[in-house]
Order: sequence, then C-alpha cells, then structure tokens
Amino acid sequence: MESILTINNLTKKFGYLTAVKDLSFTINKGNVYGILGPNGSGKSTTLGVVLNVVNKTQGDFHWFDGNTSTHDALKKVGAIIERPNFYPYMTAYQNLKLVCKIKGVDYSKIQEKLEIVGLDDRKDHKFRTYSLGMKQRLAIASALLNDPEILILDEPTNGLDPQGIHQIRQIIKDIASNGTTILLASHLLDEVEKVCSHVVVLRKGKKLYSGRVDEMISSHGFFELKSENQEELIKFLEGNSSFKSIKTEDNLITAFLNEPMDSSTFNRLLFDKGIVLSHLVQRKESLEEQFLQLTDNN
Amino acid sequence: MLRLINLELQKLLLNRASKVLIFISFILPFTVLVLSSIKINFFGFFTLELGELGIFNFPIIWHITTFFAAQFKFFFAIVVVSMIGNEYSNKTIKQNLIDGLSKKEFILSKFYTIVFFSLLATILIGVATFLIGMYYSSYTEATIVFREIEFLLAYFIKLVGFFSLCLFLGMLVKRSAFALAFLFVLFIVEWIILGLITWQANFNIAEKIQNFFPLKSMHKLIDQPFQRIMMTKFPEKTEIAYDYAVHWYEIVIVLGWTALFVFLSYRLLKKRDL
Repeated sequence: MESILTINNLTKKFGYLTAVKDLSFTINKGNVYGILGPNGSGKSTTLGVVLNVVNKTQGDFHWFDGNTSTHDALKKVGAIIERPNFYPYMTAYQNLKLVCKIKGVDYSKIQEKLEIVGLDDRKDHKFRTYSLGMKQRLAIASALLNDPEILILDEPTNGLDPQGIHQIRQIIKDIASNGTTILLASHLLDEVEKVCSHVVVLRKGKKLYSGRVDEMISSHGFFELKSENQEELIKFLEGNSSFKSIKTEDNLITAFLNEPMDSSTFNRLLFDKGIVLSHLVQRKESLEEQFLQLTDNN
Repeated sequence: MLRLINLELQKLLLNRASKVLIFISFILPFTVLVLSSIKINFFGFFTLELGELGIFNFPIIWHITTFFAAQFKFFFAIVVVSMIGNEYSNKTIKQNLIDGLSKKEFILSKFYTIVFFSLLATILIGVATFLIGMYYSSYTEATIVFREIEFLLAYFIKLVGFFSLCLFLGMLVKRSAFALAFLFVLFIVEWIILGLITWQANFNIAEKIQNFFPLKSMHKLIDQPFQRIMMTKFPEKTEIAYDYAVHWYEIVIVLGWTALFVFLSYRLLKKRDL
C-alpha cells in the first residue's frame, strides 16, 4: 500500500517534559485515521512536528516516498490545527486567496470549496464576524483548496454546538467518501468511532495501539440476554467454557465470550436445552469501553 | 520573490491600520518637503522662503532632504513591528507555515517587503528632491546636480537597516508595543555604553566604538546637516568644519547589521516551537 506519512521513533521534549516518546506509525493512502488520546497526550505535538511548526528532539519522519522535502510535501497536505487561524480583518474570500498564493493554487478553487462547506453566501464578510462553526468550516475549505492527498484535522469539532458538530462530521464523511486520506486527532471517541477505520491511541506521549478500530482489543464481544428461566440460563452459562464471565444487572444478563460464537448458534444451543430467550443481543465493546480498558491497563 | 512580496502586500494593504501608517510614512515627509519649498507669506509682515537660504541648492539639497525624510521612518517602523506582532497574535504565522510557506520564505517575504518600501521611499524622495532642486538651485549643471547623490543610497541603506532591526525585535518579543519599547531601550543602552567608555577611557575612543553600534551606525550614515548649512554661510570659520560625507565603511557596517538581523530573525523562527 502507498504510504503517505511515516514516523519513526519520534521524540519531542519541552524542557523536562516529554510530550511525545519514541512514537512510530505509518499512514497509508485511502484510510481514515484517528489519533486518540486524553488531553495532553501528545496528539497536537505530533501533528505540529510533521507539519513543520514544532521542532523534533529525536527520530525522524518523512512524507510520501521520502524523496519530497517537508516544505514541498506540505503543499500537497491540507491541515487545520486547534483553532482556525485567519486574518480577522480580511473577508473569507481574501483569506482563501492568500492561502492560494501560498500553496500556488488557482483562485478558481476558492468558489468551489466555499460551496462544499456552505459558506458561499458569507464569503464577502470579514472573518472576525464569523461564528466559531463558520470559522471552523472556513478552515476546512482552506485546507481543501489544494485538493490535498491527506487532510489533517486536529479537534475539528472542539467547542462547537450540536448542529456545528453534525455539519463538520458530515463534511468529513463526504470528503472521506471521495477517497481522500484523513488523519483526525480527537479526544471524542464516538467521533473517531463514527468516522475512522484505523486508530492510533496515545497516552502520555506513548503509543498504546495502532491498527484497525475493530481490532483494538482482542475481544469477541458479549451477549445481552433475558429469559423467564433465569436461574437455568445462568447455570448453563457458568458451565460453558465459551464464556469467561457473567454479569447480572436487574434481570439483564451480560455474558462475555471467550471465543467467537454467532448468535443463531447460541440461540439454537439454548433452545435445545429448553431455555427460551426473551431478549438476545450480540454486541462488541464500544470504542469508549475499549479505549478506557486500553488506557487503564497500561 | 514577487510571490512573497505579493503575499505580504495583501496582508498589509487590507489592514486599515497599516494602510494608514504606510500612507502617512510616505505622504508626510513629502508634504513637509513640498510645504517647506513654497513661499509662505505671514499676513504681509514678512515672507518666509526657505529656498532663499540656499538649502535647496545642489548638491547640499540631497543631504538635507534625505536627513529630514529619514526622521519619518518611525511610522513605517510601527508597520514593520506590527506585521510581525499581528502574525503572532492571530497565530497566522503557524497557519502560514502549515499551509506550506517555509520559515525561510516567511522571513524573506517580510524582508523583501521592507526592501520594496525602502526603495519606493528612496525613489519618491529622489524625484521630489530633484524637482525642487531644479526649481530653486542656483546651479543646474549635471555634474553639480548629481554630485553627492550617494546620500540617496545612504538613505536607502539606512531605511533597510533600521527596518531590519525592527523585524528582528518583532520576531524576538512577538508583541509590537514591546518591540518598539525595546528599540527605545537599545537607544538608551547605546548611550549608556558610550558614557561608560568615556568614563573609563576618553570620548574620542568611545565615539569611535559607538559608531559600530546598530542605531548609531545607521544615524551616522547621514550626518546632521545644520553644521554644514552654517559652514556654507560662514566659510571662514574653519573650526566648525566636520566630516559629513557618506563613507563606504559606514555603509558596510549598516549592511553587516542588516544581514545579521535578518539571519538572526530566521534562526529565531527556526529554533522556535509555534
């Protein structure tokens, strides 16, 4: 697979504080990546280093095949970091024009990208009159100007109201469906779960996990069960080696699996034993539960 | 290079405050120059015409106009420090770098803009001086007209040097107001050092050393013309004679400082985490 960004043993120290420690991962073309981590785990610092605004202490990184300088590579990258930063006294259109001049992009792109983020009707208003949601959307338009091969977004929904969050997510999904590689840093787990296919989990500057979202912890999921015949059901579950633990809450039984098993097999098995279920749900741990497990264990 | 100037010009000219300051820094010296060249009639009591004093004669006019025009450089200095200060306070410096401007290009776009405006100011003053001179001067032979035109060069170098210092101070402290305060502190420090050396050795040595300091070396490029005007009035008084010429080594010192300031600004940005 074609790699877009490779990071090898990257370390960044701010004085005594180590913000990023020996971090390595690779971003491949076409996937949507999430960088997950609590506040202060080194997400923004890592992005700052690869975007040439923060100096690395050790290690190295390279864009694309490694033959392009970071300066040239950034012209093929679209990125917004933390808050949207524009000139408050310029209009949206003028701000984007400036970005076009920096990236060497034709001005005709401006209109197109403003339409994507729905700011076309406000393009001649000064940036300082914009709401946070509009500023964030303008930032996305600006990052898209050069039709980037990879779009880097750092906390894109931070501080937005529900409508704003929804709009931004919709835009991100649309962009992702066009095949653009996306790297999304966030501490909002459901955001990453909804949008990303791959994830890198950081804590205190160290990598805890990197890989597919659904393979984050080696779990086979669990069943949520209800039955009129509760005692017998529990007895059966305790006697079956496929289940590692059983939890009972009110009359809902949660049974965690040790090995893969699909719900119809399980249902038939129970029926043969004369246990009739009134409720059967097979689930996997949500990203939040997986994330908390991962960050607690390490 | 044009791309970088173009970039910076858009940032400056769309900002009302810097637009006004740029306008002032160009128009004010120009107006003063034109006003001083016209005949002012004080309600019929007497007429004041500076041209009569002989200060608009070639070649001394080059010296006088560049000296006075240089006093207005402070307005553009405010523009220079605020164009750095704004980038930091709006955090647009970070965004510019992320968008693909290299740190070197960022500093160069500021420096080229400084050179561009200094050149513009020099051309304007040059043309104005030439026209006023042609109108008033008693001598209009080409050899006399273009003698001492090196004052224009000195004026240009002086502006570039001074604004580069402002650029460096802006990069150093990131806030426009503090950068201007720093400029004032530097001015005082230069005089304190002069005082200290005078106290330890003598004034002659102290002044020679001070001529190497950034602000003093820029000032020294165009010496004050008052004494020279006196000299033309009283040629027999030899004790007021002084060296007012533009020397190559004065230019070299200022160019040295300019290069150092631009280089240090770049180093500072390169080392800094934004």
